[in-house]
Formats: sequence, structure tokens, C-alpha cells
Amino acid sequence: MEIKNKINVKKLNFFYGDFHALKDIDLQIEEKRITAFIGHSGSGKSTLLRTFNRIYSLYPHYKATGEIYLDGVDILSIDQDLTRLRQRVGMVFQKPTCFPMTIEENISFGVNLYEKLKSHAMEERIEWSLRKAVLWDEVKDKLKQDSMALSYGQQQRLCIARAIAVKPEVLLFDEPTSSLDPKSTNLIERLLVELREDYTIVLVTHNLKQAKKVSDFTAHIYQGGLIEFNKTSEVFINPAHEVTQEYIQEY
Amino acid sequence: MKKGSYLYFKRRLKNFISKIFAYLMTSVSLFFLGWLLFSLITYGSSHFNLSLFMETTPPPGMEGGLLNAILGSLMMVGLAVLMGTPIAVVVAVYLTEYGSPGYFASMLKYVNDILLSAPSIILGLFIYQIYVLRYGSFSGWAGVLALSLIVFPIVVRASENVLTLIPDHLKEAAAALGTPKWKTIIFLILPISRTGIVTGAVLAFARVSGETAPLLFTALNNQFMNLDLNKPMASLPVVIFQFAMSPYDDWHKIAWSGALFLTLIVLTLNVCVRLIFRQKIILH
Repeated sequence: MEIKNKINVKKLNFFYGDFHALKDIDLQIEEKRITAFIGHSGSGKSTLLRTFNRIYSLYPHYKATGEIYLDGVDILSIDQDLTRLRQRVGMVFQKPTCFPMTIEENISFGVNLYEKLKSHAMEERIEWSLRKAVLWDEVKDKLKQDSMALSYGQQQRLCIARAIAVKPEVLLFDEPTSSLDPKSTNLIERLLVELREDYTIVLVTHNLKQAKKVSDFTAHIYQGGLIEFNKTSEVFINPAHEVTQEYIQEY
Repeated sequence: MKKGSYLYFKRRLKNFISKIFAYLMTSVSLFFLGWLLFSLITYGSSHFNLSLFMETTPPPGMEGGLLNAILGSLMMVGLAVLMGTPIAVVVAVYLTEYGSPGYFASMLKYVNDILLSAPSIILGLFIYQIYVLRYGSFSGWAGVLALSLIVFPIVVRASENVLTLIPDHLKEAAAALGTPKWKTIIFLILPISRTGIVTGAVLAFARVSGETAPLLFTALNNQFMNLDLNKPMASLPVVIFQFAMSPYDDWHKIAWSGALFLTLIVLTLNVCVRLIFRQKIILH
């Protein structure tokens, strides 16, 4: 069986103004697996993650050179439709970013961008995505409640539900549990493993235990460069690079 | 030891003196404000009755009210706010969402700030030149145009203030879902900023309702009831001006009552705005 590379990064260089943030990155993200990016703060792991949905294009002064192939199509090309790209590649941020609307409106907001669902079909989609995010049982009676009334951990799961509802192919998680309590963190880690069945997942984390527990592959980003990339078990038991060895010792 | 306690005493003394000074200055300003309100109530309450709102401006020596002036003000100020606000919001959205770091946007902001502090009499003269002279007559519409030139920069500034408060992570979250920019603006950003924008419009209304100079060369005045915007129209500040400058005593009384009414309206609007805004801040 051929291993499919969902994302193929070729000689990626990333600049913020004059600052060279990512240097000659070559990387393959395998389909329906969890790939973790680890590294110190400021190493560039979030920067790399954010190239996959071109969210950096919202701001001036950011520039990427090289190629990033999503299913064989270079998303860094000028004529890439960014809204279509971001429907296929969803993102969950470090802090919950729920819209100040009701719970169901948060989910229907994204869905309405691409599909015209009748109210019954929309209800089904809302239930489906909330179940997948392990949030349905907690909110099924208060869908019309303001999302801001939920706890932090619930809000983050709502953001995950919202991202899933538009049926993406790839999910990017930028340190999704770093601001959550251990219980919510645990829940989301289990959720990630379940989501792997259907989605290609890339996870940035500074929690090495999490990377070890959850991911299939691990990439170590150091000072803008990719210094190690292998199966997670290999990286943590037998790291090839001494910097990785040092970094892992820290936990 | 002694030196330490002396320094400490000096500091406490300075503290005390500045506190007294602050209280003193506050009392002085409150005093004048109080005196103003007191005068308004004393001189204005004599004629502050129902006839003020039911009858039109009288010739000297006869009974009357300010109905035509009140309605004229309401129409012109209302229309100026209704016309100026949407355009101002669009410009504010451009400044915060599209233009932001560019040269054109900063020029636009600068021009807006100039317009904001432009003497209103100049704006009135401007409309007089390009509109009144062109169409040959003073009119309510000319007044509306002059007033909307005052409304516009106020609402742009207020809207800009609320729009920049929207956190980047919310916009990123919308973008990450694949929301095109215009939808993010219409369905996320503007609904969130709604209260702040309305507040700006209400404040503009309060501010503009007292503007006299721009109306002098545009809407002029009208001693009869007139709701036709194509003709000269009475307005509260202009009538107050006219009546106050006259040698007639009963006109003076009506002017005071008008001034009291205007002050009450402006005060009420400002207080309401503050209450609404405080609620909003608590909610967030």
C-alpha cells in the first residue's frame, strides 16, 4: 500500500520582513496520521504550521518561498484560492476563539460558507460535529446559549467542533491544550487520537509527553530549521541529533 | 533616622497639597457647571410648558412656542446622522481592515482628524458656496448636508475606536474557517461593533443638535411651520440665537426655555450612551 503524503514541503523558506524564520524546510506529512512539531519557543514550529493554511497571508511583511504541495497542488502559488484552501485545512488555536454568538451559530457560521443546508440537515451537522468533539452531551440542551458562557475547556472543544463541521481534510492544532487544565487536556488528547481516523493532523506542542503519547511522527524544529523528523518512537528513544537529545532530557 | 522621617513628612505634605489642589479645581469647574444649569433652570422654566412643544414661533408680543424649530432640528439632525453614519462606517472599516498600514489610509485618517476639528462655520460656508448658491435658495437639505459634514468625522473616529478593539485572534479564527474578508466584516466584525457604532452616532446627534453656525447659511430660518426640506427651515439653535439677540422680553423667555430643552436633550443622550456602554463593558 502506497503511503500517501498529504502535505509535501519542499525547500520552504519563510521571512518576516528581513527576519529569516524558516530555513530550507523539507518535510512530508503523512495522510491520516498525527504529526507533531516540537521545539523551543520561537523555534518556528508555529510559523511552519501556519504556512499550511496560509493564515499568515492576512498580514503584510510575511513571505514564503519554496513549495508546499497539498495533494500534489502547490498552495504557495499566486492563484491559490485561500478560502477554498482553508476549508480543506482547518485550524484550532492556542486559546479558544469562539465567536460571540450562540453555540449552534458558531458551528453554522462555517457551514453556511460552503453549503446551503436546510434547517434539519444543519441540526444534524451541528450534532454530528459536537459529538465528534465530545461536547454534545454537555451542551445538547443549551445550543442557543451564548458560547462565552461555556468553560474554557468546553470552548476549545467547540472550536474543534466548529473546525470539523466544515468537513476539512487536514486539521492544524497550534498548542491546543497549553491553556487548559489537565482534565480538559486529557480529553482533547484522546479526541485527537480518535480524529486521526478521518483527518490528517498536525500538532504543535511544547508538551513533550503529549507529543509522545499522541503522535505518529515527530518533527523537531530548532532555530528555524528542521533538525529531526522520524517516527515518534524513534525520535524519543533514539534521537539522531544531539540537540533533540538535550531537548528531550528536559522532561 | 531623623532624615528619613523628614523626607517622609515632605512626601505626605506634597501628597496632601496636590490632593487639595485637585479637589479645589474640580469644585471650581463643578461650580461653573452648576451655575450654568441653575441659570438655565431659573430663566428657562418660566416658559417651559406644553405650549413650547405645541405652538410655532410667534411674532414679538404674542404667545407661542418652538414647535417648528424643534421639528426642523429633529428632521435635519436626524437626516444628517442617518446619511453620515453608513458612509462613516464604511470608511472606518476601510481604515481598519483594508488600508491599515498603507500611505493612503494614514492620509485619510489625517484628513478625518482635520475635518473633525474644522470650525463648523467653515463647513456651513462651504455648503453655502457649492449648494445654496447653485440652487438659488436656502433649504433644509443644505442644512442636512452641512450637518452631515460634522457627523461624518465623529462617527468615523468612534467606529474606528471600536473596530480596532476587535482582537486579531477572532479574525484569524474566521479566516481559518475559510471566511472571505467581506463576510468576516459583515457577519462578525460589524455585529460585534454594533453598540460602539450606535454610540458614536448618538454622540454625533447630541453634538450636532447644538450647531448654529452651519445652519445660518444653509437652512437659514423660518418663522412658520415648514417640513419641506427644499425650503428654509427653522432649527432650535438658530431660533434661540435669533430670539436671544432680539430686544423683546418674551422672545428672551422663549429662548431660555429652548436652551433648557436643548441642554436636557443633550444631557440625556450623553447619560444614556454612558449607561449602554458601561453595560457592554461589563458583559465582556
